[in-house]
Amino acid sequence: MTAADVLPALRAKVRSTAHPESTPCTHPDTVLAERDDGTVVRHADTVAKAHAPDTNPTALTLRLAVATDNPDILLSPLHRTPTPLHGRLITFWPYGTPVDPEAPENAPWEAAATLLAHLHQRQPPPALPPMRGPKKAAQAIARLRTTAPHHPATAPVLRAWHTLPAWARAEAPMPDTTTLCHGDLHLGQLVRHPATTEPWRLIDVDDLGVGVPAWDLARPAAWYACGLLPPDEWTRFLTAYRQAGGPAVPAHADPWPALDVPARALTVQTAALAIAKSTVAGRPLDDVQQAVIDACARMSGIPPELASVFPK
Amino acid sequence: MHMQCPKCHAPMHTYNRNGVQIEQCSGCRGIFLDYGELEALTRLESQWGAGPAVPPPPAAPQYPAGGGHGAPAWGAPQGGHHGGHHGGHGHHNRGFGRMLFSS
Repeated sequence: MTAADVLPALRAKVRSTAHPESTPCTHPDTVLAERDDGTVVRHADTVAKAHAPDTNPTALTLRLAVATDNPDILLSPLHRTPTPLHGRLITFWPYGTPVDPEAPENAPWEAAATLLAHLHQRQPPPALPPMRGPKKAAQAIARLRTTAPHHPATAPVLRAWHTLPAWARAEAPMPDTTTLCHGDLHLGQLVRHPATTEPWRLIDVDDLGVGVPAWDLARPAAWYACGLLPPDEWTRFLTAYRQAGGPAVPAHADPWPALDVPARALTVQTAALAIAKSTVAGRPLDDVQQAVIDACARMSGIPPELASVFPK
Repeated sequence: MHMQCPKCHAPMHTYNRNGVQIEQCSGCRGIFLDYGELEALTRLESQWGAGPAVPPPPAAPQYPAGGGHGAPAWGAPQGGHHGGHHGGHGHHNRGFGRMLFSS
């Protein structure tokens, strides 16, 4: 079932969940996201998400349980288990206000870093699957190969991909299988609930699991390395993470041996998706996308830094 | 001569970490230390902990200490043309704004 097919049923479901007494209402539905990997609809204070068609129900239930059991870090779902609907799995959430995309200079870097540092120190439940970060990177590369095999920027991105160790390409287990990670951290993954003055919470548990915690720092690290995120904002993020006891990087020594491989992977993933999307849309690459591709081109001459030799 | 990992048999690559040669497996990322290398690393570590009285070991060449921030060698040159580092208009770029919010 495609994103378009599930939408009417999802709208009806979110309305009935927001108003269980079936009182008529005038609230509009808002489609917050409509993609192959998930459709999200808001009605009043309730949000319903139809997860990707291939979502494993056992894995999603375990991931939902982590959110329910860590309400000081992750937004809590309304129910502990997903609901089947027209062959898809649906979860329900309270609405939270996101970071304003028009004002990313107000990004809550300290809050994001502190939430991650706390998450990385929580005990994952038994049988929680691996964090899906490397899998997402591999999917982006597969999409690049299918969509834009002859684009001039594709070759340097693929060369950069092959500098990565097997675990970062989802071809081998990750070297850490016990640390709880979010798996897809970016500024769209933070909301405040219930009101704008309340503390931030992380959302989206689809990629959550056990793995290498530096992956969760790797998008800001990659943006900084590519010259896109100003150094002071990167420093605020990294400092807050360390102050909250985050285990992904050493407390005092150089963080880059731990960050290098995940930051390369996220740079490659971002570049791959930029090329694929611009090819499909028939648009040229913008300066920011080109900066990420340029970083990939520089990677192939430099072997990845040695992973952590510091004690955990 | 390349070593083979005793655990998973993938080839091991040699890295130079602050003057100490370390073999790391390209498959399982396990590390092999020759005789005396663990002691050499421990010594370096205690020098770090001792603070400025002892001169620090040379920084790893891949990570020049640029303005105290540190960045990988594949990163953008400091003061690069995208304005993130010195121009300060990185945020006002719509393309970067979109990138901050997408998977």
